[in-house]
Amino acid sequence: MPTDAPATGDPAPGTSPGTDPATGAPPAATDVIHDIGYRHYDGPRLGRGYARRSLFTQSLRAAYGLGRSAKSKVPPALLFGIMSLVALIIVAVAVGTNLDELPLEYTDYAIFLQPVIFLFIAAQAPVAVSRDLRFRTVPLYFSRPVERVDYVLAKYAAMASALFILTATPLLILYVGALLAKLDFTDQTKGVAQALVSVALLSLLFAGIGLAIAALTPRRGFGVAAVIAAFTVPFGAVGALQGIAWEQDNLDAIGWFALFSPVGLIDNVQSTFLGATPASAAPEPVDPSTAAGTAALLIALAVIAGCYLFLLRRYRKAGL
Amino acid sequence: MTVIATENLSKRFPRVTALDGLTLDIGPGVTGLVGANGAGKSTLIKILLGLSPASEGSASVLGLDVAAGSATAAAIRERVGYMPEHDCLPPDVSATEFVVHMARMSGLPATAARERTADTLRHVGLYEERYRPIGGYSTGMKQRVKLAQALVHDPQLVFLDEPTNGLDPVGRDDMLGLIRRVHTDFGISVLVTSHLLGELERTSDHVVVIDGGRLLRSSSTSDFTQTTATLAVEVTDTDAHPDGTATLRKTLAGAGLEITADGRLLYVDAADEDTYDVVRDAVAGLGLGLVRMEQRRHRIAEIFRDDDTHHPTNAASGDTASTTAADPAGSPHAH
Repeated sequence: MPTDAPATGDPAPGTSPGTDPATGAPPAATDVIHDIGYRHYDGPRLGRGYARRSLFTQSLRAAYGLGRSAKSKVPPALLFGIMSLVALIIVAVAVGTNLDELPLEYTDYAIFLQPVIFLFIAAQAPVAVSRDLRFRTVPLYFSRPVERVDYVLAKYAAMASALFILTATPLLILYVGALLAKLDFTDQTKGVAQALVSVALLSLLFAGIGLAIAALTPRRGFGVAAVIAAFTVPFGAVGALQGIAWEQDNLDAIGWFALFSPVGLIDNVQSTFLGATPASAAPEPVDPSTAAGTAALLIALAVIAGCYLFLLRRYRKAGL
Repeated sequence: MTVIATENLSKRFPRVTALDGLTLDIGPGVTGLVGANGAGKSTLIKILLGLSPASEGSASVLGLDVAAGSATAAAIRERVGYMPEHDCLPPDVSATEFVVHMARMSGLPATAARERTADTLRHVGLYEERYRPIGGYSTGMKQRVKLAQALVHDPQLVFLDEPTNGLDPVGRDDMLGLIRRVHTDFGISVLVTSHLLGELERTSDHVVVIDGGRLLRSSSTSDFTQTTATLAVEVTDTDAHPDGTATLRKTLAGAGLEITADGRLLYVDAADEDTYDVVRDAVAGLGLGLVRMEQRRHRIAEIFRDDDTHHPTNAASGDTASTTAADPAGSPHAH
């Protein structure tokens, strides 16, 4: 393509047609060089599905600071490091001391390290949604093939995936370590599979709550504070109530109180359905009733659906 | 060929009627959409983009019905660009990163998105600064980035909502020149809105004026200029003619030309090409120095006001001019 070569090789032909038509269009029509000042795009247009996938990839990368400034890589890298480091230490201890089982269950891991998860969602949910709202970039998306559903799905999936990466990686480290320590393969595989299901639910639930709150507060600082509050305040309050219930020997209430905090929901679900040991605020593990476990699962699913619908609603206004 | 067509298009909000039975037929080229704030310009663009359903009536863009479902809407938005009126740029990313992302949101593969971004940013006049975060850009540069993201996927039509907002006079001229090039050089049709009637006449092939959601007038700008071409003439004074302006005015009036004056400027209605010769000969004959002789158009604003109220502007300026001419000492610009 001889006509294409000068355009890519030399910017000068691109600038000359800009001035030429001012004096007269006919020269531009007869001169080949001038025709390539602006090149039309004849390549493929990949449409909605591609745009949605691109937005998902971009948002997931952004949650870990990839494609963003060096400064914004620090918090996610730090939190991811802490999550994995603790797992590595546990593995090192298990292998080094020839334990016959891991010092903690797979399903306990996310519950023990929940502050790290809180910080991660609090820091990254505003990045995912507040920026587009605050700088009013949202209309630029909706004037393209991307639709509201695509935008919300991509953002939600990206945030949930980022959380899943954060919570599943240490589980895999523990699992590999457990196999290296020659622990029972069947037990370990079953344990890690159950925990992976649990953190998948946790990722969806936390991502939904975090995004919904962040979408309400375009100011990033408020978003971070609000998300942290949304996770820690119910956790603290429920813990206190569970402590009182334990004192009063009302063990059944402990499982029901758990329904009022995001972590409590996950704890109930995995204690009831995924063979986990309950990690409520009671001094000794108290199994929630099957009813409380089922209720927790239904509430968790309802919250996930509710957050998704709320986000759809939120962007109906923001898009205009 | 019709690029945008609307038929009895209405948009009612609970408390406001934004569009009221608007019927338009807009062809290729640069079309100026003029109206005061709240006249319904942005509402019309949102309906055309399929972002907001019309209450009544129909609209089509590039031959596709905007209300024909999400597949058609996606097909329209793939071939249309939109530059919003408000700020829409994140400050912490570079223009290149931002425009590449927006190109991918329009469905361009990654490689094509990068190539098109480099090309488009060059065309709108952003060079080395495109690698710096947008937060440090001037208003003019930000407007260029906004324009670039509307053009990066090579649309057939762009909607530019108040692109000259917040720009100084030079930036305004640059932006208007750029908009002109979008059509002449890039072959992309443009619908550009402004609340300033005057600034669109130079840029647009066609001007649509709406007010309160209704169509006030739709005509090609060449119609305006044919009927309203005016020659602005300014001359020096000489010893023989201490008030050159008044003398020239008398001479030209004697030649049968329609003249109004504004201080030292004479506005001559240029009915045809001969007017230029008459003015030139008159100035030369009187031995005056010709400071300027330039073609002026009436502001489109005046044209529309004229329709309603019988040339109030011309009448007023004509009156002041005649007093000035009758009393040369009264002219504030005498020396």
